[in-house]
Amino acid sequence: MTRIASPTELERIRAEVLAGRDPERPHVAVCVGTGCLATGARAVLAAFEAAIAEQGIDATVGVRGTGCHGFCERGPIVVIEPAEICYLQVKPEDVPELVRETLVEKRVVERLLYLDPRSGERVVRESDIPFYKHQKRLIFGPNRTIDPTSLEDYLAIGGFRALARALFKRTPEQVIEEVKAAGLRGRGGAGFPTGVKWGLAREAECEPGGRSSGASGASGKVVVVNCDEGDPGAYMDRSLMEGNPFCVLEGLTIGAYAIGASEGYIYVRQEYGLAVENVGRALRRLEEVGLLGDDVLGSGLSFRVKVHRGAGAFVCGEETALLLSLEGKPGEPRTRPPYPAVRGLFGRPTNINNVETWAAVPRIVSEGAAAFAAIGTAGSKGTKIFSLVGKITNTGLVEVPMGIPLREIVFEIGGGIPGGMRFKAVQTGGPSGGCIPESQLDLRVDFDELTRAGSMMGSGGLIVMDEETCMVDVARYFIEFLTDESCGKCAPCREGLRQMHRILTRITRGEGREGDLERLLELSALAKEVSLCALGGTAPNPFLSTYRYFREEYEAHVKEKRCPALACKALVRYVIDPARCTACLICMRKCPEGAIDGGKHRIHVIVQEKCTSCGTCLEVCPARFGAVRKISGVPVPPPPSEEERVIVRKKKAAAP
Amino acid sequence: MSEIQLEIDGRAVRVEEGTTILAAARKLGIAIPTLCDHDGLEPYGACRLCIVEVDSGGPASRRSRVAASCVAPAEAGAVVRTRTEKLDRFRRTLLELELARAPDSPRLQELAREHGARRDHFDGDASFCIHCGLCVRYCAEVKQLHAVGFIDRGIRKEISFLPEIAGRECEACKECFPLCPTSYLQAAYVLMRSFVVPSRMK
Repeated sequence: MTRIASPTELERIRAEVLAGRDPERPHVAVCVGTGCLATGARAVLAAFEAAIAEQGIDATVGVRGTGCHGFCERGPIVVIEPAEICYLQVKPEDVPELVRETLVEKRVVERLLYLDPRSGERVVRESDIPFYKHQKRLIFGPNRTIDPTSLEDYLAIGGFRALARALFKRTPEQVIEEVKAAGLRGRGGAGFPTGVKWGLAREAECEPGGRSSGASGASGKVVVVNCDEGDPGAYMDRSLMEGNPFCVLEGLTIGAYAIGASEGYIYVRQEYGLAVENVGRALRRLEEVGLLGDDVLGSGLSFRVKVHRGAGAFVCGEETALLLSLEGKPGEPRTRPPYPAVRGLFGRPTNINNVETWAAVPRIVSEGAAAFAAIGTAGSKGTKIFSLVGKITNTGLVEVPMGIPLREIVFEIGGGIPGGMRFKAVQTGGPSGGCIPESQLDLRVDFDELTRAGSMMGSGGLIVMDEETCMVDVARYFIEFLTDESCGKCAPCREGLRQMHRILTRITRGEGREGDLERLLELSALAKEVSLCALGGTAPNPFLSTYRYFREEYEAHVKEKRCPALACKALVRYVIDPARCTACLICMRKCPEGAIDGGKHRIHVIVQEKCTSCGTCLEVCPARFGAVRKISGVPVPPPPSEEERVIVRKKKAAAP
Repeated sequence: MSEIQLEIDGRAVRVEEGTTILAAARKLGIAIPTLCDHDGLEPYGACRLCIVEVDSGGPASRRSRVAASCVAPAEAGAVVRTRTEKLDRFRRTLLELELARAPDSPRLQELAREHGARRDHFDGDASFCIHCGLCVRYCAEVKQLHAVGFIDRGIRKEISFLPEIAGRECEACKECFPLCPTSYLQAAYVLMRSFVVPSRMK
């Protein structure tokens, strides 16, 4: 591809790309996002290439590795177009059969299709699978149809049309107005209106000469992509960056034009190897063809982008900490104001948005603000990508319209809780979000409703918990995460979290004292109002939201030394029900501590002094006996007497 | 620079734009307790003892918030309160948290007496450093030597001397020693000294 020097040339090249493509030509899309790679997608892709060559159909069938499809639970995912036949959990050894049957004989291989557990029927098309059917995949959808390393693929789905429109048909102010009118709010956590943020950066004046103008010696405004996704379990930013880097870069370039920035940075976690690789390749490609660099599309816009790898500190997702980290300093938040829009990277006016926010921009510009704003609720427009993880049947990334009931995400898309367990709560918004109980399941998910329920949108993590999860322990876990990830600068966060973690740990160990809950509330109020940055300000949420909805669990732990979920090891004892024990010897042999007393025809008893509550006996006791159970907060029943422990088996007793 | 007027604890004060609330209060002779503030250093905003309640913004967007006065700029028309029941409660908790770390610091004990902070309200976990950063910032900003710095983050964050620099520079300086509100800095220094080659200490 030669340099694209005008919108006319862009359209000419697009027409060429499309002319060379037959939409009816069969092709195989193998997901090679990080999730599917981990389950062996690379070998599946290679197997397809080999099998297709072997069948001699490589001239008529295309193969492509795509970005993440989202249904990561069932990877590697393979979709065969144009019929959209979706095969799940494909292994390399399945591939020759798939090629022979589906591509040559045009027959569907039933056994690799999705099996709907409700209807008991197989589902052929990817979009008919219940996991996808309830989604609205505006931002994330193209991931499954394009090869993230191919600019031609991105052009084929209308890529860079939005940039051309912004550069040649809109003034920067009009672009900002459009983003404002769309009602787009920052997807990184705080939900600040993106257009307003852009407007502040546009109005900001560059200090003459700049304070210090960075390694590049450049001055002028800066735009930054925040891809320092740090929430445990969240990976939507990674999947977008890996699967559709051109879209993020197009959004960023539109933002640079609107704000008047000459330089862009992509701050991406070091651990996101594939994202770094794909976005780096995309950058070089765009520079080659003149969609980045000097005189973008012949518009006169000069815009360069650099990739910066973060070292994996959660707090660097906070924008002021991110900027200091970009400058090569320790990633510690600083007080705002001044906001980055006024004084950001090296003192230059800077606009930072999250990956998903940037990725939404091209669509807003090409389809118009009204189309975007037509989706969602009064205060939250468009769609949001969530990563649905935890005790959920269908783990994966889901994109849904704002305002969808939480229940629909968990039960329709997520397929409910596995193992016949009951839903207990869903943690939203990452470690500093909150837990939402069953009574709030009809809540319509958007920025304001989640905040009202004592949680937050955050970057869109949804961790589902079942009845075996102890909410006190959940709070302890997230607070522990934050004690590690706090930068340690301000006292309410560093010292407050240290004490909160100590108190929660001792409560889960059954050592809770009078006044502990009051201390936790006091430290929460302090962190919330007095911390320097949002990490500290939201850090008490895991405690506050679980305390709000599950106070009785806290009280049971502190007052009765009882864990209602039977999860806190120190508060749980294992006992064998003498009425159900058949003296089968299994638990006795498996107990790593030798803590089970018993023998042939002799009912087993757990010697509590030796038991470490590891739970092995419960795991190994055959379900048909179900003799081992957990108890908490009640005394261990006295063991049966030696006479009562003898099992007299009828058969053997009858034998002569 | 233009002058702006605001109200602190019911008294009006005029200051230059860009002045911090802490400086404006001091102009009125109102004392706000601090641990990490120092005249010769950039404001840091870490100890949060200097919190004040601020009502600011126009009539339509009037809002009240808690802000660290050492880093919060004075705003025209703002109404600031330096002592309220809420602030006193927060200050007391902050002091109690720091007392768990450095129970014998005379400066903390003095502030604890003023604010009714209890020494054993939280579990003791003495490290003696309260992370005010005075030594680190003094060495970086005034001496420009960076002989002492912070290492690690979160609850594991501590100060540490860099033997390569400290072994060369500190013996003749020690200007940070009197700034430390606890005895930790000197202890860390002695520890560092034991690691460096004795001849370099001369």
